[in-house]
Amino acid sequence: MGLISKNLIDLKSTPKSDINLIIDTAFTQKEILSRSVKKVPILKGKSVCTMFIENSTRTKNSFETACKILGADVIGFSKTGSSINKGESYKDTLLTLEAMGVDLFIIRHFASGSSDFAAKTVKSKIVNAGDGMHAHPTQALLDMMTLIEHRGSIEGMTVLILGDVYHSRVARSNIWGLNKLGAKVRICAPMTLLPAEINSFPCEVYTDLREAVKGVDAINILRIQLERMNAGYFSSIYEYNRFYGIDTDIFKSVPKDTLILHPGPINRGVEISSAIADGPNSVIVNQVTNGLAIRMAILYLMLQGENR
Amino acid sequence: MKILFKGGRVVSPQDNINEIKDIALVDKKIVLNPSNIKYDRTIDCKGCVITCGLIDVHVHFRDPGFEYKEDIYSVAEAAARGGITTIVGMPNVKPAVDNKTVVRYILDKGKETAVNVLTSGSATKGNGGETLAEIGEMMLEGICAVSDDGFPIQDASLMRRVLEYTKNFNLPFMAHSEDKSLTKDAQMNEGYNATLLGLRPWPRQAEELMIARNIMLASLTGCHVHFQHVTTKMGVDLIKLGKKYGIPITAETCPQYFTLTDDACLDYNTNAKCCPPLRTKDDIRAIIKGLKNGIIDIIATDHAPHALEEKELEFQGASFGMVGLETALGLCLEQVYKNKFSLEDIVEKFIVNPAKLIGSKQGAFSTQELGDLIVFDPKVEWTVDVNKFASKSKNSPFDGMTLHGKLKLTVVKGEICFEDA
Amino acid sequence: MNKVLNSREFKRIITRMAAEILEKNISCKDFAIIGVQKTGVYLAQRLIKEIKKQDDINIWSGSINISLYRDDYDQRVAKTIAPSQIDFDINGKTIVLVDDVLYTGRTIRGALDAIFDLGRPERVQLAVLIDREQRELPFSADYVGKVIPVSKREEIDVHWKEDGEEDAVYIKKITK
Repeated sequence: MGLISKNLIDLKSTPKSDINLIIDTAFTQKEILSRSVKKVPILKGKSVCTMFIENSTRTKNSFETACKILGADVIGFSKTGSSINKGESYKDTLLTLEAMGVDLFIIRHFASGSSDFAAKTVKSKIVNAGDGMHAHPTQALLDMMTLIEHRGSIEGMTVLILGDVYHSRVARSNIWGLNKLGAKVRICAPMTLLPAEINSFPCEVYTDLREAVKGVDAINILRIQLERMNAGYFSSIYEYNRFYGIDTDIFKSVPKDTLILHPGPINRGVEISSAIADGPNSVIVNQVTNGLAIRMAILYLMLQGENR
Repeated sequence: MKILFKGGRVVSPQDNINEIKDIALVDKKIVLNPSNIKYDRTIDCKGCVITCGLIDVHVHFRDPGFEYKEDIYSVAEAAARGGITTIVGMPNVKPAVDNKTVVRYILDKGKETAVNVLTSGSATKGNGGETLAEIGEMMLEGICAVSDDGFPIQDASLMRRVLEYTKNFNLPFMAHSEDKSLTKDAQMNEGYNATLLGLRPWPRQAEELMIARNIMLASLTGCHVHFQHVTTKMGVDLIKLGKKYGIPITAETCPQYFTLTDDACLDYNTNAKCCPPLRTKDDIRAIIKGLKNGIIDIIATDHAPHALEEKELEFQGASFGMVGLETALGLCLEQVYKNKFSLEDIVEKFIVNPAKLIGSKQGAFSTQELGDLIVFDPKVEWTVDVNKFASKSKNSPFDGMTLHGKLKLTVVKGEICFEDA
Repeated sequence: MNKVLNSREFKRIITRMAAEILEKNISCKDFAIIGVQKTGVYLAQRLIKEIKKQDDINIWSGSINISLYRDDYDQRVAKTIAPSQIDFDINGKTIVLVDDVLYTGRTIRGALDAIFDLGRPERVQLAVLIDREQRELPFSADYVGKVIPVSKREEIDVHWKEDGEEDAVYIKKITK
């Protein structure tokens, strides 16, 4: 009836039933967002800490809004310019905040495995809001919710994840989540942006975008970080756009009703053209709303029945 | 003190002994054919094996500079508890072992301990990889090798000079083979698990490229290059090729590299984070085969102690390395138990060949001045418990592992320095 | 399990309740019936159908999900049910709140909070199929199908056609 998992660290370890429950609950709680007074009291007295060791305005806002809508108290913690060796203080920070009665931590961290580390360090519940290159489960859940919203079911869909898979926790979480809900996953990127042995993951791997888009139901376009260019992952924005950008030209070979997703923020004219980002196939704005609903659902489900 | 070791199987190829026989320790010296005198003590060694003490050519003492991780006293005690009677320190301490004063400090402090403490010297000043250290001075002070462990020399031209200069003083060069340009921020072996965990990948080629380069530079300079901690299949093949060409090279591996794969890193277990990283099953097979057929000459521990606070971190923040002195013999004997190695293999790789590399007399009973020996029961089952380690650090991925083959007793310099209760 | 209402009695009760609601609100211009998710919604829909059969009156229909207003959030893991659906302005309306069983009154407390988060109704009335008494909060229903006093060790189990069962009400011993 409730969640099986205590924490939400990644979708590989999250059972399919939990994924379905979170998405179903998000659909029921999305109603609140259309009210004039967007506030319910259910998490009254619960203390939630948004611990953002790596900066992210969007995700932090989304989580904090979700907390506030549900009536939880939010302790915001951000730490910019942390060096890797600040790990000790990461542990101490967790312990200190736990001692202050934090019921649930929402953690964004530049180090892969940092949510797992937190789960081993404190008894409070942990929601991973993105750890290094490892996982970003709430993003994948909101992507899947958006697909379900538009298609009714993910079962049998073909979803292409396009772009910097190498550095992407969004891609990794989507690969596991989509597979659990029965989608066929494709990924497409230049070889420099494909991680090792990605062929052994449950997805089809493409380097040619024109091949990859054939017959897809949705394309999830990853943000390309422009600083990768200097590290030799690609040559120029122009060339990246020409080979891996989604624009009206490539759209001629894409099925008409293909959904376009993007975790944001968008680099217009790089991985996606404005015509597509703002076009009829784009569900990018829905993703943001669904993100809020997904995060509300997760908070609600994870904190209920705590004193059984 | 006269002690008789009765009824054990004595294995010492350099003495042409591999049989069940009594041996004795009389006035600190080994007597291979004990006479019928009155002994102060007789130790029943039935079912046990007696060999010279293990010689570990790759140990991080952490002293001077990092005594919170380990010091020469604690590392010596850990060695004795592991059946290791001779240890060779690596130069990446602080200050670096790049001058005779630090060498003297280590050797003098080592003399206060129960085991034979030796050290290598750094190839470059401050391990900086830029200018040559005073290798000649250190040689006179007593270093047994030169090494770039921890700070692999990247510049091929400098490496050439280092090797020529090392050869000049008739020392072997112990090489840490790693192309740093391929391992920037790298955390674990490049492959499925690294992708799964989202950890920066460490390609095997970073190691193999440098092994290839160093083989060629050994060929160019004629300096004996000893390859430390070889972990990959192609690494073994490259060394095989180099040996076929008659290039003066030897190689070592460590118990972790024939025991664990990078699966040990799943769950972000920082105790399994080491340098080079744990590899794959194929590599383990190749390493074991390389040891069997003599391509890999030596087993060493790469004992790398780290304090809890350097390991109880997110994976990418944790330090590289694991302690090994107190598990090495058990891990080797486990392979004997599983019929992957023979006892003779262990003796050759962990006693005879290391002695040759560093020019030690302790690899054969007949050449030892004072007696070094160990007694172990190859069948006894035991469980690794880091809390019982003598090492100051507990960073072992083997904690809780059950092994077959346990040390009973260690004798160094003619005195019992460890005895299993 | 002891059957206390069969489908015929069930039907008669709904007809009577519809008549009572209609009688009391016939002059009311802005009139809504809101069922509490999930089984309260079944009853609400039946009442609306029955009222419309008896008189051609405009009734707003809605459902309310109280899972975000429950007071046992810490003690219990609740099922995920359908969202609230109220596609009209609540302000100024007369609302008949409908649930199947009235027991402690806690559900009604939550439902009132949920409704007041959406606006300020003119008045709220309460209709329930079964009043099993044992109230813990000061509520009483305006329309009651049947009063069935049962102890705390017993449970009222309402079966609905909408769930593929025969309409009926049972008293069940709580087994634990």
